[in-house]
Amino acid sequence: MNKINSIRKDWSLIETLIAEDRKILDIGCGDGGLMEQLENNRNAITHGIELNRDLAANAIARGFNVVHGNAELDLSQYSNNSFDYVILSQTLQAMMKPKDILSELLRIGSKAIVSFPNFGHWKIRLQLLISGKMPVTESLPYTWYDTPNIHFFTIKDFLNLCNEMNIVIEKSIGLTSKGKQFDISESVTGVNFFTHEAIFLLSYKNYEPIKIKSSKKVFAKNSVIAN
Amino acid sequence: MKTRFTTDTKLESEIAYFENINLKIESGDIIDSFKIAFKTYGKLNAYKTNAILVCHALTGDQYVAGNNPITGREGWWSRMVGPNKPIDTNKFFVICSNVLGGCAGSTGPKELQNGSDVAYGGNFPSITIKDMVKAQSLLIESLNIEKLFSVIGGSMGAMQALQWAIDFPDKILNIIHIAGALKHSAQNIAFHEVGRQAIMSDPIWKNGKYFENNEVPERGLSVARMIAHITYLSENAMHRKFGRKLQSRDIISFGFDADFQVESYLRYQGKSFVERFDANSYLYLTRAMDYFDHDETFRKNIEFSHNPNNHLKYLIVSFTSDWLFPTIESKMIVNQLNSLSREVSFLEIDTDKGHDSFLLEEPQLDDVIKGFLSNNFAKIDE
Repeated sequence: MNKINSIRKDWSLIETLIAEDRKILDIGCGDGGLMEQLENNRNAITHGIELNRDLAANAIARGFNVVHGNAELDLSQYSNNSFDYVILSQTLQAMMKPKDILSELLRIGSKAIVSFPNFGHWKIRLQLLISGKMPVTESLPYTWYDTPNIHFFTIKDFLNLCNEMNIVIEKSIGLTSKGKQFDISESVTGVNFFTHEAIFLLSYKNYEPIKIKSSKKVFAKNSVIAN
Repeated sequence: MKTRFTTDTKLESEIAYFENINLKIESGDIIDSFKIAFKTYGKLNAYKTNAILVCHALTGDQYVAGNNPITGREGWWSRMVGPNKPIDTNKFFVICSNVLGGCAGSTGPKELQNGSDVAYGGNFPSITIKDMVKAQSLLIESLNIEKLFSVIGGSMGAMQALQWAIDFPDKILNIIHIAGALKHSAQNIAFHEVGRQAIMSDPIWKNGKYFENNEVPERGLSVARMIAHITYLSENAMHRKFGRKLQSRDIISFGFDADFQVESYLRYQGKSFVERFDANSYLYLTRAMDYFDHDETFRKNIEFSHNPNNHLKYLIVSFTSDWLFPTIESKMIVNQLNSLSREVSFLEIDTDKGHDSFLLEEPQLDDVIKGFLSNNFAKIDE
């Protein structure tokens, strides 16, 4: 899979985890691609945060609610449980404080969706074992000195962290490097070995969805005439 | 309410007269009758859903695009407003009015006091941003527009846009707030005070009665403009534009002529300003900005407003080199709106052009304004 296809695949899997008519925050939303998909296919109300100025400008120009800012500094402004889902797609490994971010996701959102490349994949293990150098792969395509990815972790590491933080894993999807999809929780042996990318739906207990008030038709076209 | 409209051919402007309306303003004073000079561009559609109000900044006027008969130059935002421009007048009906207290045809210190042949001068009541917006809302009402699609403004215009969101959220769908803040900062008040002192210490000012002898406190007003102009630029922009380059000479004069280009530029800015702006109006409008303060109240006003405002969309824009209304001020608005889960977009544009960036060539500003307006309009027009 090339990078674009892998992101598309990621998005379509994320979409399967999301119910209709929900309020969503997409962290690292780029130019709003996933937001657009979720608005169209899930009738979602979406908000986004994007660090890159040009991408944020594009997303705003495309009509999305996007705040140009840094998730690690700016998440604190959102109120508790103000979203149904908070999405962090392929970005946790680039965060300064992944643990803090994870708890912020579940403070703001009733549920969080986190996807990341698995550093425990056999190709990566093999590269390091044989070459003795930091692995460079399709999903982690950067050299060690020039990478935005500063915290490498495997599925096992992630599961341990969730356990430590009392986070419930509601669903988990794994992808092999060929794009084959499977349920991580059901496949016990070799998961950490064969999973190329992983997507998790997380929550604390006692989740209740936010009810969206329909605000899409504020403008009654005949209102002037009716008066 | 019955409003009389006329066209002032000299001002090339429409004038709306609000007679015996007894407008109660924030200071407690009552303005029994007033007029608002305004321009419109484009056509109002059948359902009246495409109206946009553009609010001008401190020394702006209703001539947002096209010819400005007072200066003989193009309107102050003609690069932004017009056919196929970011605020596209092929699509939108754009209204721009001179603020209450201004000096381009609306009621202000320069205009004759109701029922007399003497100008208001210093007898004009102290007005606020809220009062300006109240007067604008009456204008919009008199044009039979129930709901504005958008209210857009930079600097003092941004203050008005924010005030619209607070006072009349039911009459608008979104605001575009550029280079503004929840409050006028201490530093900004300080700069305004220096400007006002320059005007009031000009012997020709005479407690605001200079018009009685047909005089203008030119020195004071031009100094006020020179000071203000510095605050609209940035150090980098000034350095890029002027450096230490000398004006019309090869060596320094060892005197107090305008040796440096930057001095000559500021003198020119001051001189051309007095030809188009009224000194008393400058005092009143700077004061209105100083009094603007929603620091403590904005969140409460939005959260507990008796007017429903959940539907409002906000686009907040700031500029990296703007030290008069720095990004942190815009972010305070964004933070408060996000904490209330409101639909807000925010962009900090990277530029060295300072506070004035919103009036200048900034392609990213054009893109976000154009896209924000057209995409959100498409949503209501479905």
